[in-house]
Amino acid sequence: MSHPLMKYLREDWMPTLLCPGCGDGTVLQCLLRAIDNKKIDIDRVSIVAGIGCHARLGTGYVAADSMWTLHGRAFPIATGIKLVDPSLQVVVLTGDGDCGSIGLSHFVHAARRNIGMLALCFNNSIYGMTGGQVAPTTPRGTITKTTPYGNLEYPMDLCSLAQTAGASYVARWTTAHPRQLTMSIEKALGKNGFSFVEAVTQCPTYFGKYTLQSTKASDILRWFLRNSVSIQQSKKLNPEQLAGKIVIGEFVDVTKLELAEQYQLQLKKKDGNWK
Amino acid sequence: MTETVLVHKIVVVDRLCKGCGICVDFCPFKVLEMSIAPNSRVVVKNEIKCTKCGVCEIMCPDFAIFVVR
Amino acid sequence: MTQVLRKSTLLQGNEACADAAILAGCRYFAGYPITPATEIAERMASRMPEVGGVFIQMEDEIASITSVIGASWAGAKAMTATSGPGFSLMQEGIGLAVMTETPCVVVDVQRLGPCQGFATYPMQGDVMQARWGSHGDSRSNIVLAPASPQEIFDLTIEAFNLAERLRTPVIVLSDEIVAHMRERVIIPRIEELSLESRKEAVAPNSEFKFHKVSGSEISPMPRLGSGNRLNIVGHLRTEEGRVSMPSQNVPQVAFKLLSHLADKITTAEWEARKIKTLFAEDSRTMLISYGSTSRTVESAVKEARRAGMKVGCARLVTLWPFPEDQLQALLKDVDHVIVVEMNLGQIVDKVREVVGPGGRVTHVPKIGDLHATEELLGCIKKVAR
Repeated sequence: MSHPLMKYLREDWMPTLLCPGCGDGTVLQCLLRAIDNKKIDIDRVSIVAGIGCHARLGTGYVAADSMWTLHGRAFPIATGIKLVDPSLQVVVLTGDGDCGSIGLSHFVHAARRNIGMLALCFNNSIYGMTGGQVAPTTPRGTITKTTPYGNLEYPMDLCSLAQTAGASYVARWTTAHPRQLTMSIEKALGKNGFSFVEAVTQCPTYFGKYTLQSTKASDILRWFLRNSVSIQQSKKLNPEQLAGKIVIGEFVDVTKLELAEQYQLQLKKKDGNWK
Repeated sequence: MTETVLVHKIVVVDRLCKGCGICVDFCPFKVLEMSIAPNSRVVVKNEIKCTKCGVCEIMCPDFAIFVVR
Repeated sequence: MTQVLRKSTLLQGNEACADAAILAGCRYFAGYPITPATEIAERMASRMPEVGGVFIQMEDEIASITSVIGASWAGAKAMTATSGPGFSLMQEGIGLAVMTETPCVVVDVQRLGPCQGFATYPMQGDVMQARWGSHGDSRSNIVLAPASPQEIFDLTIEAFNLAERLRTPVIVLSDEIVAHMRERVIIPRIEELSLESRKEAVAPNSEFKFHKVSGSEISPMPRLGSGNRLNIVGHLRTEEGRVSMPSQNVPQVAFKLLSHLADKITTAEWEARKIKTLFAEDSRTMLISYGSTSRTVESAVKEARRAGMKVGCARLVTLWPFPEDQLQALLKDVDHVIVVEMNLGQIVDKVREVVGPGGRVTHVPKIGDLHATEELLGCIKKVAR
């Protein structure tokens, strides 16, 4: 008897090399569960990963077409794939550093273009793979390996950015909300457009140590639960009350023409006019 | 003659368990516990209390525990 | 599919490049506007849709080259075009194409550099970069140097064939002069062309297929969505195609993979690897050049011959891998070599290496313009017997 999702994994390669308690594995499970629930043909799924702890999940553990590429450049690679074969279900695995720092431009343009793909962002608010340096999403004041006197910078809100850039679907959940996360991923997989699902995930090794003085995953998960507020609730809070809170929920869910589809339609029209 | 077969409600895959303790902490019915160090792994302590809610399965980052369907 | 008749037409070098790519089967182009390569993108923008291909202007050159890689894995023959500054940005991406053995064509229309330089002036400043630009001993780059719009046309088609056959990025190293000049280009009918496509790996059942690293053998390439469940990585991989781990003798694995990536190119044969020569049989003085500078070199050599001097010229068409053996044979009975480049010296050191110590090599560098015929003649007269 095996795990119901083991059919999507190379069991003999497991367990992954990620730290014990790392939430990335939970997010992966949500993705595979969503694919399974929607009965998506795994052989029509193209996984494109950047670089980071999250990207290790794109190194063959999943028995599907996958690419482990360049830091921050998964979005344009995925764009090329989708434009050439719009029938593929493209899933980009990115992280807070991968899409919030080096890949920021590509992230924004992919959202702006509304190119059909699911961008699953593993946000652990730290650079884990390289040993615990500050990330664009790390809270102000945090002491990390490259902010030994405290982070002076203001953290960015990736969901807000995705929304402004024009994504069709934007949602944020934490690994303490796996059922909602799975639901959002399912929705995103069913949409034809750029979907951004941010999964706030625990890094017990670095973030936990720096922020909660604990390397126990459960401590961080409970911290997520204590500090999460729904979008509705967040509207009732003033800036001080909102500081340090994780706003969860679905920020955007609209339908607008997807790029690859539009391009194909334009090809069919003789004079190339678009509406 | 009827035979009594013991059917488990949950299965732990030792080889995949990293001993992170998430399932133990989040199980609403205190069904699980960690084995003694070194190499602590999840052990089913109180299977009778298990309601097959699936929280352990869905929270595990390593596909190391699942509910028997 | 647009029917192409064999015809003689006046084409700009850049236009010829785009048209040749489409004829070769290119169905994905991603680029970013940059002088003096922009015409390629513009031509592609209007012609790609005519053949059902994809054109997209990406947000920068890094996005351009990386989207080309994605497109190639989705099954399309893919290309990008840029100039020096963009070419610098693309180096990591080119390295990814090398490491993953992704067929693709990168056109670099060289301009005066470094940095912004002068966009509308020519230079042959990216020769070494085309070879060594990406970090980490990336040796799969094939670099071709056209010297006319016709040659841009022919070499672009050859570039696609080589990219597909050897699963590697091929760089067409054009420059502002040949890219912007208009000359007669003869476009063959499609039946007259021999076009190559990558050997595809088929998956009858959804089984994991590794991509092997074996000497100079080229593994068949699966396309995304074909059920091969391949893991394509920019990381070091073992012979079976799996991400290598510290437990598996990394130095050995690395040596094997990197040797394979180099050997598959150096052991291959192709038409453009041959050096083009003029009056080579009995020359005692030889002028060596590539690309647009060859045009006035040829004029100078012809004039020198008319004046009775035993001069010849050798034009490199493939710059990398460098044709050491051919050059050595060519220069065996030559007393003096003159290297003519539009830069401060990039190929000249390789030539000095081939000629050996004690050999006489004169270097004639220039930047921003072709060498005038008189200039070259003066140089020839000074050294030739």
